[in-house]
Amino acid sequence: MSDVAVQEGEFVGEAAVGEVAVRAGESLAEAAVRTGDQVDEVGLQTGEFGGETAVPASDLWSALRRRTQARIGLGRAGSALPTRHRLELQAAHAAARDAVHSPFAPDVIAAALPGTPTVRVRSTASDRLTYLQRPDLGRRLDPVDRAHLPTGEWDVVFVVADGLSSRAVHEHAAVVVRETTARLGGWNVAPVVLAEQARVALGDDVAHAMGAAMAVVLIGERPGMSAADSLGAYLTHRPVPGTTTDADRNCLSNIRPPRGLSYERAAAKLATLMARARELGLTGVGLKDDSGHEEELERLL
Amino acid sequence: MSYSSVLGGERYRFETLARLLAAASPERSGDRLAGLAAASERERVAARRALAEVPLARFLTEPVIPYESDDVTRLILDTHDTAAFAPVAGLSVGEFREWLLSERADAAALAALAPGITPEMAAAVSKLMGNADLVAVARKVRVVTAFRSTIGLPGRLATRLQPNHPTDDPAGVAAALLDGLLLGSGDAVIGINPATDSPKAVRDLLELLDGVIRRYAIPTQSCVLSHVTTSVDLMARGAPVDLVFQSIAGTQAANASFGVTLGLLDEAYEAALALERGTVGQNVMYFETGQGSALSADAHHGVDQQTVEARAYAVARRYRPLLVNTVVGFIGPEYLYDGRQILRAALEDHFCGKLLGLPMGLDICYTNHADADDDDIATMLTVLAVAGASFVICTPGGDDIMLNYQSASYHDALYLREVLGLRPAPEFEAWLDSIGLLDERGGIREVSGDGHPLTAIGKELAA
Repeated sequence: MSDVAVQEGEFVGEAAVGEVAVRAGESLAEAAVRTGDQVDEVGLQTGEFGGETAVPASDLWSALRRRTQARIGLGRAGSALPTRHRLELQAAHAAARDAVHSPFAPDVIAAALPGTPTVRVRSTASDRLTYLQRPDLGRRLDPVDRAHLPTGEWDVVFVVADGLSSRAVHEHAAVVVRETTARLGGWNVAPVVLAEQARVALGDDVAHAMGAAMAVVLIGERPGMSAADSLGAYLTHRPVPGTTTDADRNCLSNIRPPRGLSYERAAAKLATLMARARELGLTGVGLKDDSGHEEELERLL
Repeated sequence: MSYSSVLGGERYRFETLARLLAAASPERSGDRLAGLAAASERERVAARRALAEVPLARFLTEPVIPYESDDVTRLILDTHDTAAFAPVAGLSVGEFREWLLSERADAAALAALAPGITPEMAAAVSKLMGNADLVAVARKVRVVTAFRSTIGLPGRLATRLQPNHPTDDPAGVAAALLDGLLLGSGDAVIGINPATDSPKAVRDLLELLDGVIRRYAIPTQSCVLSHVTTSVDLMARGAPVDLVFQSIAGTQAANASFGVTLGLLDEAYEAALALERGTVGQNVMYFETGQGSALSADAHHGVDQQTVEARAYAVARRYRPLLVNTVVGFIGPEYLYDGRQILRAALEDHFCGKLLGLPMGLDICYTNHADADDDDIATMLTVLAVAGASFVICTPGGDDIMLNYQSASYHDALYLREVLGLRPAPEFEAWLDSIGLLDERGGIREVSGDGHPLTAIGKELAA
């Protein structure tokens, strides 16, 4: 471990030096925060901006890199990519792959929600390989787990689902639940459901089985090369398993401070959407986000 | 009617031609998801044994999706050319494979045959062919199309330069465009997937690309991959539309899920032709397809995903397109699980498209939840370039920051040209030479710093 860490550290350090002048505070601060726990995240940072050494003294590429995170001006080794850029691509892909395949740890979420009752469920997808190949199974509750769900007259149930990035869920979901719940004065909130091998539509099954009027599914989004820890929130009013479609949902994506949506803003937007959904008795295309900030709607899981 | 065969003393029965085709398909996750895959490896081989005996002519009398309920089936059967079909009309699917591999099936014979082959015949014979067969036959086929550059000539490989940006920022697009041009990319098309389909945003991008193409007299064409209705609207308003783009699929219902009908495509095709913007040719359409889209739209009618994909090519060939691109690994692991399945699908799609007379290229790609990586990209690119792919999609560093997937890089195209001696489209190659980007061996000269005149594209925007 220490050998690897030293090698990666040297490599990243060398690349980061070239950046100091260009991206003064921002990227270094980000790197400093991340260095301790996520070496690959630092590599990703340099991958986005770090072509300076490949095209010596090119102010042009430095300037252009401020306008896009595309991997431009990388230089060449013969016809191929220089070694550093090849490894940076691999580091980004590795972070994404690890996010997809690292196991969901419901204990982590439960521990971050002290005083909040939680229930654990599984989908009918028995393992990760099945989950990836059979989205239909990830949308249905395991029958035994469904039978054990509590029922009640709840206004909303939060479903924390691993989706395609358990890392996103471990890092962000509990705070979003806490921040959102704090803004829901007078709502009768069900125990938080922690769902393994789950797709968005599993929330329909959960809300229906528990008798909750609304489902908020917090789920790990498909990792990209620049973000492996992006959390999505899907709001569905009175879902009916098998009948509700993605057009009946509202979505907030890219919850991922500090680079994506902050917890506070995500919670405020969610709480506003939930209040309006309850008022109108619907979610989906009929419910618009009027807060003045258009969020990118990711492809539904 | 039903089909059967005996394998290892056991009789296997397949109730319909669609069931037989599905069971004969090489393993892929999408057919399992649809509940159509062979239940065992032996059943798969038994299905192939039965399929090998089916006369090609049977596909004209037993459509896999009913004629009455699907306009793609009607298109396939109504436009079938009996005279072109004659040389193989008496063959079974198994015999057809051997005919295709034989010396009789040369470039001229295959070109003459194309209008006589239906997508289902192409799909059927592909299921009896190994990966090497799919390469060997496809590389014999020549499909040449043209607009401002000529695509598909022997010894050539074109590229789509794909300078996408998550918010369509013009400077961000131009930066990636400059990067691609300096690496010799863009002779098939400079094509942007826009972040929104708003006519204003699409038009801004069209004007940007048209400006660069005209200013530097680049013999290529632009495309902003918006919905066909947006393109029709923009053409009516005088926007500089070179190619009309549309995603298409192999059933009427799947096309409906894309918001497309044959009538809409007819209208767009006529409008684009009328603009007469091509210089060396008038192939004005650009289509994208990909296995799994019909299943994803719940519109596959119990037909396996490779056969449905081939049916999309019948839609494409009606419009004599400049480019047809199968976006082979984009849809995710529930349809094509890993590098092996994506490679197989790429070879099938390329083979079927070429056999049906289309200028097939590929977006050789994967998403981060598929079991594939950059080594798979390199393998697939090499095999598909040997197979004679007309073009490949290229992105900066192989990473598309707008669509969030990994594809080939501009560098990868340089690699293919280097190891296989492939050259860009002739008009584009001459242009590269005229601006000093070709070296003495015909490769792309390495440009460092900001001394090249093309960097003016970036300098203005960065200022």
